Amino acid sequence: MEPFLSLKNVSKHYVGVTALNQVDFEIYPGEIHCLVGENGSGKSTLIKIISGTVHADPGTEITIAGEAVHGSQAIDTIHKGIQIIYQDLSLFPNLTVAENIALGQVVASRKHLVNSNELHRIAREAMARIDVHLPMDALVGEISLADQQLVAICRAFTSDVRLLIMDEPTASLTRKEVDALLQVVQEMRSRSIATIFVSHKLDEVLQVADRVTVLRDGKKVGTYPAAELNDEKLTHLMTGKKVTYLPFTPSQNSQQPVLEVRGLSKHGYFKDINFRLYPGEIIGLTGLLGSGRTELALALFGVHQPDSGEILFEGRAVQFHSIPEAMRTGISYVPEDRLTQGLVMNQSVGKNITLTILDFLRNRFNLLDQRKVQTSIRRWVEEFAIKVPSLESPMQTLSGGNQQRVVLAKWIATNPKVLILDGPTIGIDIAAKFSIHETIRALANRGLAILLISDEVPEVLQNTNRILVMHKGRLAGEFVTAQTSLSAIQNLIDHPA
Amino acid sequence: MERKYTEFLVLSAILAGVIGMMWLLNGSDFMHLGNFQSMAFQLPELGILSMAMMITMLTAGINLSIIASANLSGIVMAIILTQTISPEATGPGGIGLVVLAILAGLFVSALIGLLNGFLVAYLEISPILATLGTMILVSGMALAITKGYVISGFPPAMLAIGNSSIFGLPAPILIFAVGVVILSVILRHTPLGARIYLLGSNPTACFYSGVNNPQVLMRTYLISGLYSGIAAVIMISRFNSAKADYGESYLLLTVLVSVLGGVSAAGGFGRVSGLVLALIILQIISSGLNLMGVNTFLTVALWGTVLIVVMVIQSIIDRLQEKRRSV
Amino acid sequence: MIKKLFSHHETFVFLAIVIFSLIITFINPSFFTLENMFDLLKSYSLMGTFAIGVLFVLISGGIDISFTAIATITGYVIAVLLLQNGEQLNIVTVFLIAGGIGSLLGMVNAFIIYFFNIPSIITTIATLNIYYGILTVLSKGKWLYGFPEWFGKYTQMYVFKLHTANGTPYGLSVITAFWFALLLIAWFILRYTVLGRSIYAMGGNIASAKRAGFNLLKLHLFVYSFMGLMAGFASVIQALLVQTVAPNSLVGKELDVLAAVVLGGASLTGGTGSVLGAVLGVALIAIMGNGLTLMHVPSYWYKVVIGTVILISVGASAYRHKVSTRRRVIIEVE
Repeated sequence: MEPFLSLKNVSKHYVGVTALNQVDFEIYPGEIHCLVGENGSGKSTLIKIISGTVHADPGTEITIAGEAVHGSQAIDTIHKGIQIIYQDLSLFPNLTVAENIALGQVVASRKHLVNSNELHRIAREAMARIDVHLPMDALVGEISLADQQLVAICRAFTSDVRLLIMDEPTASLTRKEVDALLQVVQEMRSRSIATIFVSHKLDEVLQVADRVTVLRDGKKVGTYPAAELNDEKLTHLMTGKKVTYLPFTPSQNSQQPVLEVRGLSKHGYFKDINFRLYPGEIIGLTGLLGSGRTELALALFGVHQPDSGEILFEGRAVQFHSIPEAMRTGISYVPEDRLTQGLVMNQSVGKNITLTILDFLRNRFNLLDQRKVQTSIRRWVEEFAIKVPSLESPMQTLSGGNQQRVVLAKWIATNPKVLILDGPTIGIDIAAKFSIHETIRALANRGLAILLISDEVPEVLQNTNRILVMHKGRLAGEFVTAQTSLSAIQNLIDHPA
Repeated sequence: MERKYTEFLVLSAILAGVIGMMWLLNGSDFMHLGNFQSMAFQLPELGILSMAMMITMLTAGINLSIIASANLSGIVMAIILTQTISPEATGPGGIGLVVLAILAGLFVSALIGLLNGFLVAYLEISPILATLGTMILVSGMALAITKGYVISGFPPAMLAIGNSSIFGLPAPILIFAVGVVILSVILRHTPLGARIYLLGSNPTACFYSGVNNPQVLMRTYLISGLYSGIAAVIMISRFNSAKADYGESYLLLTVLVSVLGGVSAAGGFGRVSGLVLALIILQIISSGLNLMGVNTFLTVALWGTVLIVVMVIQSIIDRLQEKRRSV
Repeated sequence: MIKKLFSHHETFVFLAIVIFSLIITFINPSFFTLENMFDLLKSYSLMGTFAIGVLFVLISGGIDISFTAIATITGYVIAVLLLQNGEQLNIVTVFLIAGGIGSLLGMVNAFIIYFFNIPSIITTIATLNIYYGILTVLSKGKWLYGFPEWFGKYTQMYVFKLHTANGTPYGLSVITAFWFALLLIAWFILRYTVLGRSIYAMGGNIASAKRAGFNLLKLHLFVYSFMGLMAGFASVIQALLVQTVAPNSLVGKELDVLAAVVLGGASLTGGTGSVLGAVLGVALIAIMGNGLTLMHVPSYWYKVVIGTVILISVGASAYRHKVSTRRRVIIEVE
């Protein structure tokens, strides 16, 4: 069989950076091929070249369905049968499901008039192809993320798609939804549609892929049958390093919990939560998306007010009606969404770090003491080893790992006793991940009590001494990390009692 | 860092160029001290109003009601000044009344500012709409009170504010300078200022960092209102009158000045120094053109063109920088 | 069904119109007469025509406040033509000329906004000043009047005529009919053409529109030149209604039109809005203005009322939006 798409000797240079260096790639009809690599490995550039958004350097040979190709644009790629679904789905929230699915095709067909019957027909046909049923006239902005994902896929099916590229499609989906999506991806195989699946979730990659191509630093490390790979091998290939974790044990042995939660409940969010957090500990909190973990964290941070139950901080009962109150008591929360909740991306490192401690950097006249500010910034940048060309650089110029360090720094600057981390290593390279985990451990060893919320059970196993599992707003179980295993926890998550 | 300095340099260059051009075109007329003095009397109102606009733009908002607030303030002050005493009153009683009037005017403009703040901060209404509503409401109130008439005839103590000079510098310029210093200090040397910038760029991140967003916004619009009130003091003093629809064309000018001075419409960036430079540039162009006998409306057209040209240049520079940086 | 009705902004505006109408009619029954209604329709055709253009721009995600200046320029051009060659023109050519020039001026906005990525509010503030400034100088501030007779006849032309008790004719003015025709065309474009749906798409998410292959340049050009076209038509309507053209009669009213369209449900962020909503918004403003006059409230209170209504309307819809977004995060707790 001939490959549907074949790239030979693909290179892409930018000023000062080689994004891709003589990479070969091919994919066969009906194949599910996963592309993996760290940030900066070149996988997004490769995708952009395939989807026609970016032109490869001269010397590249691209063949689609047997035909040699030179420089396409968005519509042309669609005509050749290549469709890409971006991570943000690129949908129109103010238009209906039917319009979102069908409008692109109607525009491409250069028609002038549109009627809803035709839109419905096109949408229905697309949905039938992947066997889903979605409410035609619902506004896309009002349906669930999983359904939006399906709308995006249906849209790809309005034209004769032969290659579907999906960029991090499972980012915000629950386990059930992920399984449903992967099922749909499997469907492609039976229709001889090739799929390139870009994901950093190695377990999903291994679950669904036929072959896996690993990129590192712009070069292709190799292409392997998925059956020959496992998590560890894949990590090693992606990073070129062997990353080993030592189990975490608290260096302190405190008798008094710094944070205790008793019977905490909030209608529609969580119910009857009980746990204790001691100084020097790192407790993991895991569970499916939608199990209430973030909501619980936000209740501890003053964003939500619980209906009943108690929160005890260092033995005293406390109530947080606002974030500043929680901060004053000594709790810090590093949010899930680094880009919108954690940082002000287009402002400088310095401004971001000092945002939480402005009131403490004042002089006698209650004005900001610029010397104190600068000293503070320099101190935290150094302490957290944040790599920046200059303190004035806007956050968006930093790597994901360094960005997260800034978030950590800004919270540690408030001198908290409890640090809640919500998905702290999402979207961060494996090497940088390890580094952040080390930082977190160091913080624990300094006496902080840390609550580590994460989707990734391996991360929780590697870095905590106790693990809590939540399911549908309740605590499903508590484990001592050293006495449990990946399968035990995964089992509880998937099949709670 | 790069962008701030380039802006500053660009503005300074434009300033120098403009002064040069005006000098060439007008000769000694332009460089005459009297010319500078008359510019110095007109510039402060626009400057203070521009600062009122600027601070709201920093939070990614806008305040369409600044002129209307200034007018209503002015009217309230005028009523107090004209109803209660005879225009010829001088002495401590007269000054006391002037002070009372000014306080009343500032109070009114502060109140409007708080209303705007409430609508934007607590009801979360888009600033364009909220301040559009208050603008119409406030100008309506001004119209209802004055019934379209002009209120005039203020005591000398009041007139002194707008028309006298201290050590050769017009009093309005001094007031303006004080306004510049205060706003600069607030923006660059207080926690409030830092929060204003960051809120303009990303209110969500500010919320999660413990910033009291509604409070910051209330204070922003309050300051905006107060500055409108201060502008009103100067305005009615210079014109010895107050009316409901003075200076409506100023509104767009204040946006122009802010944007020209480097304030981003999307919030988060902009310095008072830039605004002052932009102000001076516009005032010089305006005076120069005036001396040449050019119609004021043509001047306004020119400002529009300058704004577009500057933004086009900025957009081209941004694009070139991005090309250099892109991966 | 009722719930769906109430999820639409337009329903509330309609209710507001009904409530106001009832109050006004109670105080002055001459409000709710055909004669008054037709009269209102005629005089608000001006704002109504502007509103169509503003609606399109808002849906596309932009904003345009230069249209009054565009209309003033087109008004002057046709006025000059009418005064010089009045007898050689007819109403169609006048509309075409005004519309054509308006479209061109609108296209300038589109170019600047699209090619240089300058926010539409700032661009149109600038072009407003530029157009207005140049016009004022060229026109020397003169009022133009004394148009040919045939031009004046249109204000008295009706689609169908009725007579009052004392014989004064009234009826659905042809001017209003023209506005209705424009509304119909606008509605059709937005509902049934690819172009119209594409405008909604661009307003909903411009990045997605770009990726999906929409021709953003074409959409920008259309939307802003359409606004210019409407501005041109509006200037003719204005000239017909008052039989004069003055430099400052339109400029300054931009925000009133914007307020009407926003009252009708169009969002400043783009992607939402309807012709029905815009009409209701204009109707609400018209009724309030007319009502105040008929209730013998002095005209200075007009702005106070409008301002309050805007604040209440916008406040209520912002509050509703706030509450609805808050409710979305719920976990099925066991």
